[in-house]
Amino acid sequence: MVRPLMIPSTDLAAGIRHHALRMVSAANASHIGGVLSMADTLAVLYSGILKVFPDQPDHPDRDRFILSKGHCCAGVYAALALRGFFPLSELDSYGMDGSRLMTHISHKVPGVEFSTGSLGHGLPFALGKALAARRKGLPWRSFALLSDGELDEGSNWEAILLAPQHQLDNLVLIIDYNKIQSLGAVSEVIELEPLRAKLEAFRWAVREVDGHNHAELHAALSSLPFSKGQPSCLITHTTKGKGVDYMENQIAWHYRAPNADLLAKALAQLEQNPS
Amino acid sequence: MRTAFIEELTAQARINPAIFLVVGDLGYSVIEPFAAEFPDRFLNAGVAEQNMAGLAAGLASEGFHVFTYSIANFPTLRCLEQIRNDICYHNLPVTSVAVGAGLAYGNLGYSHHAVQDIAIFRTLPNLRLLSPADPGEARGAVQWLSANPCPSYLRLGKAGEKHLYSSPPLSPNPVVVQQGNPDVALVATGSVLSIALDAAALESAAGRPAPTVFSMPWLNPASTATTAALRSFKHVICLEEHIREGGLREMLASLLPRSIRVSGLALPSDATVAVGSQNFLRAAAGLTATHAQQLILSRDDDA
Repeated sequence: MVRPLMIPSTDLAAGIRHHALRMVSAANASHIGGVLSMADTLAVLYSGILKVFPDQPDHPDRDRFILSKGHCCAGVYAALALRGFFPLSELDSYGMDGSRLMTHISHKVPGVEFSTGSLGHGLPFALGKALAARRKGLPWRSFALLSDGELDEGSNWEAILLAPQHQLDNLVLIIDYNKIQSLGAVSEVIELEPLRAKLEAFRWAVREVDGHNHAELHAALSSLPFSKGQPSCLITHTTKGKGVDYMENQIAWHYRAPNADLLAKALAQLEQNPS
Repeated sequence: MRTAFIEELTAQARINPAIFLVVGDLGYSVIEPFAAEFPDRFLNAGVAEQNMAGLAAGLASEGFHVFTYSIANFPTLRCLEQIRNDICYHNLPVTSVAVGAGLAYGNLGYSHHAVQDIAIFRTLPNLRLLSPADPGEARGAVQWLSANPCPSYLRLGKAGEKHLYSSPPLSPNPVVVQQGNPDVALVATGSVLSIALDAAALESAAGRPAPTVFSMPWLNPASTATTAALRSFKHVICLEEHIREGGLREMLASLLPRSIRVSGLALPSDATVAVGSQNFLRAAAGLTATHAQQLILSRDDDA
C-alpha cells in the first residue's frame, strides 16, 4: 500500500481519533479520554515536527519521542500506522491475544522508543537520551509527553531539576494538561498550579497553548528550543475526551470503553466535526 | 573493593568508549579520577536515584554502557522499578553498582545495610547479579561486564577488603578457592569468603580435613549447569551476608539434588537495631568462622 509521505495535521488528528475509538471499543480497553486529549498534539508532532523515518524506524537521525502516559498508547499506535510504520490493519489487533499492540505502550512496536505504563518513567529516560545526544554532538531531539496527573510522581521533578543543570535544550517536555486525573480533578487531588511558574522556577523555558489549536501547537513546536541553553516545556491545555461530546470532561471515560452504539455515535460526531 | 572497582572501570574506559559513569552524589575520594579523565562520560545525577536509573537507561539506549554508582540500597531498592522496567525489560546495558554489601556500613545503621538485595535482584529478567569477594574478583567482574554489556547489578563491599586469592576470569561457575574435603563444600558469596577461609584454617589447625572452599561471585542467572561443580559434594554449606530468605542457600537448595545437604549461615530477617562495626554485627548474627565450623562438624539436617 502506498501512503502519502505527509498528512495534514488535521487529517492525522481525525484519523488518530477514529482509529483509537475503534481500537478501544473493540478491545474493551480504558483510557480513551486521555487519548482524545492529546490527539491534536500527536497529530502536529507526527505531521512534520518530529523527524521520523517510517521505513527505518530506528534511523539514527530520528527525533526520539517517548510517551510517558503509556496508557494512552492507542493514539500513538494509530499515528504510527497512519504514518506508515506498520499496516493500518494491525490496529485491529490492539489488546488482543497474541498481538504486539499492548494496551500500555510497547517498545516492540515499530516507531516506539520506550515501554511505559508505570508513570514517571518517560522524562528521566528522555533526559538520558538528550544527554547522550549532547555528549555525542548529535542534532536530534528528545521529546517526552506526560499527563498532568503524572506530575505527582517525584521522579519527574528529579528530572526537571537536573535537565537545566546541563543546559539540555534538546529535551522537550510536553504536558497534556486535561485537568482530570484518575480519581478526580487535578485541582482537587493535587493542585499543580501555578504550573508554568513552577517550571520556570526550575529553569525551564515554558510556553502554553490551546492543545486543540493546530496553528498554536505548530507555531510553538516549530520554534524549539524556546530558549537556547534551556530545556523546553510546552503546556498544552486540553479537554479530556475532546471531540466526543459525551466523553468530554467526564472522568468515566478514563475507564470505560464505548459499546457499539456509543462508538457509532462518536464516529458520527467526528465525521461532522473534524478537528 | 570500591577502589579496585573504580581503578578497573577507569582502565576499561580507556579501551572501551561506551563506558559511562553516573553517580548519585556519592563516591567522595573514589570517583574523582574517572570524572577528571572522562568528563564527557561522567555525570553526577544528584541525590535522585529514580532519575539516575531512568536516565541511565536512556543513555544506554543510545549506545553507552552505563554504571550507576551509589551506596547500599540507594542505587537498587530506591529505584527498583526503574531497574525492572527501564533497564531489565528493555534489556539495556546498565550496571547498578552498590557499595556496602551486607553489613559493610555497620554502625551507619539499618538504612545502610544491603541485606535483601540478592533475593530481589535474582528475580529480575535479563539481569546478571555479581557479588565479588575481594578486590581481584571486583576487577574481574568489571572486566567481564565491559566485555559483556548487559543489565547487571554489581554488589561491592566497601574498603579494606583483603586480597583473598588469585581469581580466574569471571564465569557463571563457582570458583574453587582452596581444595579440601571432597565431601564438604563451603561456598561463600561476597567478602564473607574470608570467613570461609578462616573456618577452613581452623579445621586444619584442629587436625581435621578442611572443607573445599568455593567463591560464588556470579549469582544470577544460575542453573543446574552453572552449579554442577557442587554436585559431587555431600554437604554444601553457604555463607552469605544477606538475610536467609531468597539468598545463596535457598538458591543452591533449589538447584542441587535433594540428596545433597545444603546448610548455611546468613543474617536474620529482622531489622538490625544493634549498633556496631561490620565484624560486631556479623558476630551478633552468628556469621563467624566458629559458627561455620559448627556446621562443618554437624550431622543434623536442621543445621
